[in-house]
Amino acid sequence: MDDLLSEFLTETAESLDVVDVELVKFEQEPTNSGILDNIFRLVHTIKGTCGFLGLPRLEALAHSAETLMGKYRDGATPTSEGVSLILETIDRLKEILEQLEQEGAEPDGADQDLIEQLDAMSAIAMNAMNGEGGETPAEAPAPVSHELERELKPGEVSLDELEAAFQNAPGPDDMGAESASLDEAPAVSVEAEAPVQAETPTPAEPPAPAAKVPAAPAAKPAAAQKEDAKPKEGAAVKAQTIRVNVETLEQLMTMVSELVLTRNQLLEMVRRLDDSEFKVPLQRLSNVTAELQEGVMKTRMQPIGNAWQKLPRIIRDLSKELDKKINLEMIGAETELDRQVLEQIKDPLTHMVRNSADHGLETTEGRLAAGKSEVGNVTLSAYHEGGHIIIKIADDGQGLPTDKIKSKVIANGIATEAELEEMSENQIHKLIFHAGLSTAEKVTNVSGRGVGMDVVRTNIELIGGTVDLTSVAGEGTTFIIKIPLTLAIVSALIVEASGQRFAIPQLAVLELVKSNANAEHRIEMINDSPVLRLRNKLLPVISMSKLLGHSSGIKTEEGEGEENNGVDQNVFVVVVQVGGQTFGIVVDAVFHTEEIVVKPMSSMLREITMFSGNTILGDGSVILIVDPNGIAQAVARDHGGAQESNHVDAADAADLIGNEEKTALLVFKSGSDDLKAVPLSLVTRLEEVDVANIEKSNNRDLVQYRGKLMPLIYIEDHLTHKDEGLQPILVFADESHSMGLVVDEIVDIVEDRLTIEISSEKDGIVGSAVIKGKATEVIDVGYYLPKAFDDWLEKRDIPNPVQRELKLLLVDDSAFFRNLLSPLLASAGYRVTMVESATDALQLKENGEVFDVIVSDIEMPEMDGITFASTLKDDSQWGQTPIIALSSHTNPEVIARGRAAGFRDYVAKFDREGLIESIRECKPVSENEAAA
Amino acid sequence: MTEVSNENKEVGATKEFVTVHIDGQLFGLPIEQVEDVFMPDAITEVPLSNPQVAGVLNLRGRIVTAIDMRKRLGLPPRSDGGTPMAVGIEHQQESYGLIIDRVGEVLRLGRRTFEKNPANLDVRWSSISAGVHRLDGQLLVLLDVERILDITGEKSNAA
Repeated sequence: MDDLLSEFLTETAESLDVVDVELVKFEQEPTNSGILDNIFRLVHTIKGTCGFLGLPRLEALAHSAETLMGKYRDGATPTSEGVSLILETIDRLKEILEQLEQEGAEPDGADQDLIEQLDAMSAIAMNAMNGEGGETPAEAPAPVSHELERELKPGEVSLDELEAAFQNAPGPDDMGAESASLDEAPAVSVEAEAPVQAETPTPAEPPAPAAKVPAAPAAKPAAAQKEDAKPKEGAAVKAQTIRVNVETLEQLMTMVSELVLTRNQLLEMVRRLDDSEFKVPLQRLSNVTAELQEGVMKTRMQPIGNAWQKLPRIIRDLSKELDKKINLEMIGAETELDRQVLEQIKDPLTHMVRNSADHGLETTEGRLAAGKSEVGNVTLSAYHEGGHIIIKIADDGQGLPTDKIKSKVIANGIATEAELEEMSENQIHKLIFHAGLSTAEKVTNVSGRGVGMDVVRTNIELIGGTVDLTSVAGEGTTFIIKIPLTLAIVSALIVEASGQRFAIPQLAVLELVKSNANAEHRIEMINDSPVLRLRNKLLPVISMSKLLGHSSGIKTEEGEGEENNGVDQNVFVVVVQVGGQTFGIVVDAVFHTEEIVVKPMSSMLREITMFSGNTILGDGSVILIVDPNGIAQAVARDHGGAQESNHVDAADAADLIGNEEKTALLVFKSGSDDLKAVPLSLVTRLEEVDVANIEKSNNRDLVQYRGKLMPLIYIEDHLTHKDEGLQPILVFADESHSMGLVVDEIVDIVEDRLTIEISSEKDGIVGSAVIKGKATEVIDVGYYLPKAFDDWLEKRDIPNPVQRELKLLLVDDSAFFRNLLSPLLASAGYRVTMVESATDALQLKENGEVFDVIVSDIEMPEMDGITFASTLKDDSQWGQTPIIALSSHTNPEVIARGRAAGFRDYVAKFDREGLIESIRECKPVSENEAAA
Repeated sequence: MTEVSNENKEVGATKEFVTVHIDGQLFGLPIEQVEDVFMPDAITEVPLSNPQVAGVLNLRGRIVTAIDMRKRLGLPPRSDGGTPMAVGIEHQQESYGLIIDRVGEVLRLGRRTFEKNPANLDVRWSSISAGVHRLDGQLLVLLDVERILDITGEKSNAA
């Protein structure tokens, strides 16, 4: 009995879902009798089964609903209220079913309210129909059915007829004939009997059935035969599916994977035997296995339509509730994707469709006022695109309210007004994905409760998807979701690096390029960043070995220059695309592609962002799956990190990659709305001066500052300056000079990685970098200093104990730092020579140059600072020259190593004071030396 | 604190332990936590992982994370050239293999011989040991599986 009940529950729940969808369709197409027949049949089946199982509440409800639908089927014009009522009934049925599922018995309660309404509605429909037909008796059917024990008797007779009618009309016969399912036929016949026995206490209105039933079969066959095709199709599809426990499928999947492995082993064994009688059967086994594998994988795929099933109903209810006319269009419901993904995407999708209908679409008046058609459209579409499924949710509503988002963003402290100023409209729109931001002004029943798009985004990102949006004011908003088809099976390229095999998901791979020194595709170096020339474009490349911490540090020490950056010339470059980023991964060898079953990394290893999972290959070995996203991040992070340590311990490397250098930057605006930045450590103070106090002298703006006149420099000379109020300035000073750089507004101080991405042609700008997600120009302080004092860099008027200028050698691979530091060092009284690598420095040594002090970066390609220092330690010429290390990594271990290598001191990059101080301390030595 | 809880855990009847040998020392693992014993073969190294993780391997279709118990205990690599063995462990639906030198036998041990970790035990040992049993002629160090597997958060103390 339990089995029967649970089967009934699943089946009924499914039927009700279909009824939901069909009813909404029916409401729009009231003349389509095919739809109505289908609904009628489903409800009838439910009613029948309920009767059979002894579920009076359900049965009574279904019965009344069926009666009303019967009226419509017989020609009464369906009204919206009627359909609503039936939908309401369906909801009630679902409620009862739910409790039934939990408690195993029908809950107590009365449905008289609904039944009465339904019956009343039937009566109205009846009357209406009679008005048209003018033939059937006009008596309104008795609204109450149960209690009328007496009316039962007259009714009984007609019920027999009813049964007869049912048997040759809608459900049983039509279905019995074409239904592919064998179980359904018996089910139907049982149910056909059921009404007679179990239903007896619940007859319909006595006169009505009598009048109606004969009419039903009469009207039916005609309609049914014409429309036969439609319901049949639907029914056939349904009948061909069976429910299988998901666990069973998962287990099957595992078993098949094992089978594949075993097969591969067998194949390998047989291959070694020359003529084996096993060969042929094994071949067959192999093919069957392959097909089996494919088949099992397919069982996990489901049409996305399954996730959409509830949407028409939701939209319909919404449209009633919000009093909007909404048309939901669904395109590509048959698009298949993995079950697991489907489950994950269901809720976010529902939420987004609701959102579109609720917030996206204007009210009817709003639409009319905007000159749009009264009916708002929400279009849901899905299609495959290169291993992904793209789902779009588009509405033709008002577009996102940019201003509202802005004020909300500011109110919630998500971004400052200044930050918003810098954003494009699209960027602002995307803030709706930010946690705790709901733009709905009034909280409706539907949405606007603050849990919203951020949850949606999180859910989508969880399954490796992305969500994007475009919105045009007055024209509508489109959300674009891109998710992988499956999380379980991916096609992967098997490559080798550092003697180990790895799988790179084929999805990300654009192409494969073989690179060698003489070929057209050659890896070249720009400032020690490897790049590949590919069809007239430069592609940044990164070595897989290096990413994995198999650094070439030791080799460099041994002088294998060729190996620098881990980029050899005879290699393969896997060109991958992640988001908008395209780059090359250098690997030693490429083998083949293989369909792999992704298994998640053990939780112990999940922190390693470089891998997204692991899998067992055909030969039984475990292989790690590279996560292109993780690599993209590493590429963006530059390649300096792992270089410095000689023996890169794996944990160490991860550590280094994790804590990439961050720089405190002062972000400000000047001259234009563009963001500008300067390393905070270069700025001595931030001041505000009253514009009234700015004096002019010799065509320069000056201000009295700490008892001295301080020249003010404007970043954009030509622009008009403020003429009243307070003027923020950045003060750059050393002991003798100070200069004020006039800015319009100090925006923020941020800690971020400073990577100059585009170097600038413009004077005074080092280049552009992305700082906190925004393009920002980094200004070149060295350019402005001489503007304030012509002699800033040339002459020192401070009492300098040393008469001759000290010569300083600055070794740093980054042009940015060289440019940044040289004016500072120059201003401190040194004659600065800059080289970009240790090799170049050694070249200078060969040339017989002598310096008083050397400042060297630690992380440099080819030869790092530590190697450089140890090389110099025993040198006759430069051995005594003090070397100061410059590094962004100030962990004690590295410092200790630096000292051991011969560095006099260790200074953090950007620690301007510290650096100058440290150089000062070195001076006596160099002086002595100079004297000697 | 941890010792206290361990003591509490041990109160009561005797328990069975699988003994293993690592670098000449006898260790014990609660038998109910040992799934199987196997020869670790074809271990795939995981770059960037904690060095105490030897890698991943395929054990009858399951991916097992192998932990190098010598490294975990801060011991030198094995030099006797013997075949390594591994103890299979299931923890939170994931499979792990503890790589050891040799598997011993199953012992039934009671409260009587139990003692908590001596205060002077190396922290690398005490951090994964649940106590010590005084056996005839030798000492058996009880391993706490849960803590052995707690590698993620911890910076490699062996490095």
